[in-house]
Amino acid sequence: MSETPAPYRSELPAGRDGFAQLLRAEWTKLHTVRGWMVALVAAGLLIVLMAAVATFHQQTSVQAGPDSPVVAAHPFVPHGPSGEAVTDSFYFVHQALVGDGSITVRVSSLTGDIAQTYNSHSTSQGEQLASTRPGLVPWAKAGLIVKQGTTQGSPYAALMVTGSHGVRLQYNYTHDIAGSPGAVSAASPRWLRLSRSGDLLTGSESSDGRHWTRVGSARLAGLSETVQAGLFVTSPATRPSTQAFSSPSGSSASAVFDHVGLEGQWSKRAWSGVAVGAGTVTPTLTSGSYQQSGGIFAVSGSGDIAPAVDVGSTPADTLAGLFVGLIVVIVLGALFMTAEYRRGLIRTTLAASPRRGRVLAAKVLVLSSVTFAVGLVATTIAVPLGEHLLRVNGNYLYPVGVLSEVRVVAGTAALLALAAILALALGTVLRRSAGAIVAVIAAIVLPNVLVITAALPLAASQWLLRLTPAAGLAIQQTLTAYPQVDYAYSPARGYFPLAPWAGFAVLCAYAALALGLAVVLLRRRDA
Amino acid sequence: MRPALHAEWTKLRTVAGPSWLLLATVALTVALSALALAGESYANADAGVDLPKLSLTGIYLGQAIVAILGVVVIGSEYGFGMIRITLAAVPRRWTVLAAKAVVVGGLVLATGTIAVLACLLAGRLILPGHGFTAAHDYALLSLAHGSTLRAAAGSVLYLVLIALLSLGVAAAVRSSAAAIGIVLGLLYLFPIIAAVVPYPHWQRHLQQLAPMTAGLAIEVTTNLRSLPIGPWAGLGVLAAWSTAALLVGGLVLRLRDG
Repeated sequence: MSETPAPYRSELPAGRDGFAQLLRAEWTKLHTVRGWMVALVAAGLLIVLMAAVATFHQQTSVQAGPDSPVVAAHPFVPHGPSGEAVTDSFYFVHQALVGDGSITVRVSSLTGDIAQTYNSHSTSQGEQLASTRPGLVPWAKAGLIVKQGTTQGSPYAALMVTGSHGVRLQYNYTHDIAGSPGAVSAASPRWLRLSRSGDLLTGSESSDGRHWTRVGSARLAGLSETVQAGLFVTSPATRPSTQAFSSPSGSSASAVFDHVGLEGQWSKRAWSGVAVGAGTVTPTLTSGSYQQSGGIFAVSGSGDIAPAVDVGSTPADTLAGLFVGLIVVIVLGALFMTAEYRRGLIRTTLAASPRRGRVLAAKVLVLSSVTFAVGLVATTIAVPLGEHLLRVNGNYLYPVGVLSEVRVVAGTAALLALAAILALALGTVLRRSAGAIVAVIAAIVLPNVLVITAALPLAASQWLLRLTPAAGLAIQQTLTAYPQVDYAYSPARGYFPLAPWAGFAVLCAYAALALGLAVVLLRRRDA
Repeated sequence: MRPALHAEWTKLRTVAGPSWLLLATVALTVALSALALAGESYANADAGVDLPKLSLTGIYLGQAIVAILGVVVIGSEYGFGMIRITLAAVPRRWTVLAAKAVVVGGLVLATGTIAVLACLLAGRLILPGHGFTAAHDYALLSLAHGSTLRAAAGSVLYLVLIALLSLGVAAAVRSSAAAIGIVLGLLYLFPIIAAVVPYPHWQRHLQQLAPMTAGLAIEVTTNLRSLPIGPWAGLGVLAAWSTAALLVGGLVLRLRDG
């Protein structure tokens, strides 16, 4: 009697349906398609290549002497107390004052001139002065200033009357406190008083010199015992239009001061005039001057004391290749799911791992890790390379903190990953590659095309960059818009309507929403 | 040719997708145009706003939907294996491509006309309320103006040419996903790259060569001198792109196995 043979049992260990296996399966499905891998690597290379192309840009050439070589250089940009790029050009009637005290003045007139047609090629002062018209720009400034010294970028506090923004207390370039509105004239002069007590500078205003109203106060940490204090006048360049990339026109302002008084430990000595930062800011209309007769000072100046705009490049300027990368990862993300439907592989996938939410999670994890990694390698090379080329070619780079730099580099890679996730989710929902790809490209890339080609009015493009997934591009933003500087703050120039993380959150919300919908539909529908 | 046309027409008519796409083309084109119109007002605009161009802003989005139609007409046949039946029924492959081009072109011509007229109507209704009136030297939008008529008719032709370009690219790469990526890359990446290239004359050449920036020159009615390329020449550049794509697509169709 022969023994009954034992039923066959495979020697292989039983397969497991763990998440690790699922990840491995999805990774295999991704990396074994040669076309996809080639496209991904090509996208990474294009991001680096575009950084090199976009930044190979000779800004200005400066020749020190007739025989010295032409070197690329940008105009000098001073930096403020907290390291930001600033404009610091004005006419300063000053004297050195020691200790605490206060200075009072009456402003009885503020008028100005605006260059009629500023030709960026003609730089000689005479030509610009020849064509001016009377006019006061909104942020023309005249008043009192207490400043660490006469070097550009040093700490200051200033109380001023402006062209059309009333009385202002401004300090250390970025801070701006509003006082009473209204323009000054001989009929309605304005009294200003700036008092120092240690680090604290307090500004007060009055319409009659008797009843004073406090405008605000500024704390200038580490202000030296001896400061330069006195009268100043300045007037920033204007841009005639809000949209077009037109060159700015210089302007100048003239103010009449009287009843100059010094109190406290401050005692009157001889005044001297200096044009702070003359010739370093373009365009200025005049370097400024002052005349004193009796107690009356007539001062004129040109320039601005404010954060600098339109002087340099940002890390985002090196990342134009992002859009090439976006289109590639969007196509890839959609195909990662739609190709399964097209080839019927989805039935095998779901038979092997019936818990569908986990399948989608594995796909998201694999796809986002791969796109993020490729993106991160590309941006980590592209941004420093682009910045180096910009510097070598004589461009000014706005000072950007290490954290912000990391945010731009890693955030841009995260943009690629999120775009891929959005495409994967929409591909799951629509099961059609063309529809999913167009939807995501229209949502992320198209708003930027509309911004760059200026096809949309500024207001409309700002709404698009708040409400569509394209808001995520704000993660590249390193510039801050200041209301006290008149400038066309458009997304095309790097000023987004949302803060970096807020914009990024909008994109994340879209990706989460699409993923949620994808999970629900993947569970409910037959494959 | 007639049976081939009839076959293509039947294939498009009897599935729901194309009619949804055509509806979406009109709806999204008009929606983006309405956004552009709502965002512009005489008070904060530069001098000399190009009203017909502004009203036709939606074409930027509409063309993407039209591109889907051009791509799926052949791409989905490859996806589902239908192409083998099509080529068995009509073995002359140039005829198949020509029939597809005629049917898609005709549909987009009709849809594009509706979309463009709706955009101009929206402009006619919205713009006077935003200060673009005769008092400010802005005439009411009307097809009676030669340049507005050119912008409108040209935009319809632009959409037709985009559909043909997409058809050609899809025939060449034989995959809907890759084709739509290439078409939208051709359309949208050129202006982004042109904006960052360092030298102005490179920029100008890129704008003259790019299918979208050159083709959309047809919409411009003011300040024609500042354009990198003339309106009809620009549309000609796009036509050249479409022809080239169709030729390559036809050759691939002719030389490779279905």
